[in-house]
Amino acid sequence: MRTPVDLAAARPGPAFTVTLDGREIEAFPGQTVAAALWAAGVTSWRTTRVEGRPRGIFCGIGVCFDCLVTVNDRPNQRACLVPARPGDAIRTQDGTGHDD
Amino acid sequence: MTERPHLAVIGAGPAGLAATVAAAARGVRVTLIDSAAEAGGQFYRQPAAALRARRPQALHHQWRTWERLRDALAGQVESGRVMHLTDHHAWLVERQSGRFTVHALLGPEQEEPAVVHADATVLATGGYEKVLPFPGWTLPGVVTAGGAQAMLKGALAVSGPTAVVAGTGPLLLPVATGLAAAGVKVAALVESADPRDFVRRTRALAAQPGKVGEGARYAARLLRHRVRTLVRHTVVEAHGTGRIEAVTVAALDGAGRVRPGTERRIPCDTLAVGHGMLPHTDLAETLGCRLDGPGVDVDGDQRTDVPGVWAAGETTGIGGAALALAEGHIAGCSAAARLNGAAPDPHAWAAAAKSRNGLREFFAALDPVYAPPAHWAEQVTDDTVVCRCEEVTGGAIREAVADLGAGDLRTVKLLTRAGMGWCQGRVCGPAVAGLAGCGETPGRRPFARPVPLGVLARAGEPKPSDAAQ
Repeated sequence: MRTPVDLAAARPGPAFTVTLDGREIEAFPGQTVAAALWAAGVTSWRTTRVEGRPRGIFCGIGVCFDCLVTVNDRPNQRACLVPARPGDAIRTQDGTGHDD
Repeated sequence: MTERPHLAVIGAGPAGLAATVAAAARGVRVTLIDSAAEAGGQFYRQPAAALRARRPQALHHQWRTWERLRDALAGQVESGRVMHLTDHHAWLVERQSGRFTVHALLGPEQEEPAVVHADATVLATGGYEKVLPFPGWTLPGVVTAGGAQAMLKGALAVSGPTAVVAGTGPLLLPVATGLAAAGVKVAALVESADPRDFVRRTRALAAQPGKVGEGARYAARLLRHRVRTLVRHTVVEAHGTGRIEAVTVAALDGAGRVRPGTERRIPCDTLAVGHGMLPHTDLAETLGCRLDGPGVDVDGDQRTDVPGVWAAGETTGIGGAALALAEGHIAGCSAAARLNGAAPDPHAWAAAAKSRNGLREFFAALDPVYAPPAHWAEQVTDDTVVCRCEEVTGGAIREAVADLGAGDLRTVKLLTRAGMGWCQGRVCGPAVAGLAGCGETPGRRPFARPVPLGVLARAGEPKPSDAAQ
């Protein structure tokens, strides 16, 4: 099947490893946290404060704050803006991200 | 020391780039301030450099225009007339004694401040997408149409193999064809507009043959990718538990109501949905610029009513990249003339003005055609979350209006918290206004994005380097 990487003829550098809740995930230089998670088949990485509902990417451009995630113990990072870096410890965020 | 006059351009999309290049070519020193890592804005959003895309043009149209802008910017940066500040998220522009201070936050973390001083400013802050709610719209896998496109263009990422693209507006066409070209099966393009309404506006449309041709090319691509197009249809509900698994779509009657019995279910793992665009006006509002409808009011020179402040592109009203380029060029020329102490000469940008005026007419004719279904609010059940940040339901908003007497957005917000969360009502504002039956009032957000308290506390403090000037 054709992929966006094929379409743009992208040749990123070698993949590196990040973790999502301790599970190893492959990411490429230039990918945001959100892109790495989508590529791993993950579409939600936060639960809401009131109802505990799952959320992921919505606006994709940093306006809506739906894609908040904890990266290296810093909660409330917008996954659509933050680049993935080798060794990042990404954690799904429950509520405000300040309770755990 | 006599320095060249200094212009701060905020936003490196088509309008901001055109303004930067035009002003720099006329002898003005320009600082271009933009939140992204690369110039281009949303329309010309580039894949991250480290992805090393050798064929980024496959994700775009009007690539030659982009190459010209990109190369002109690079030339002006090389010559030292333009400084391009990337990863600078502007949160406030202050005007004091006729000079300007742009406050920004650095990098994706947005915790460290940066400040730029200038003699004048061009606001080219662009726009963002309007999405009206329906049951299931908060499920993961439901994204804005522009969001699906941003993830594709910038990160070469898609959220699954099968998508439905839905809503209304010209953006849906490039989103559907872009996803299809990238290997996503687009199960349906669901557009609520009625094609017969275009025919009724043939005169305004015929005046822009280029735009009509663009539409025809998209139609051909949809056909080539075998994308089923359902016009006069709308999404009724998104289904799923942990993520979207299907959507129900239905036909609309002439009055814009769902036609009972026409519902059909389409399996998908992505729903890219949008109902038009809204201008980003926060910086302009804090400066005190007058608005005209949702956009910043400007004169023929793209000047706002605040001296020293120009505005160009989507922030003055939604009209696409070609209009943004024309407006940006005019703003750059006009600002440069004023900064150089000359009266602006409109003859110098007559071609851009002609293009601008024609495109504004075209989009004014298109606007009513691409209106969301008149009775969209009937689809919002009482348990549908409307304010995504504060999880305020349609029922709570209706109660605030019917039982508690709220008659405007601010009162609804105070009673329900709708619009009080992280996004500050940017996403839910139009929906809350529609459900409450009141007008959409300007957001009047003092800052354009969340600012850490420490940064706010120190803002305006003189630095040792400032004192030396």
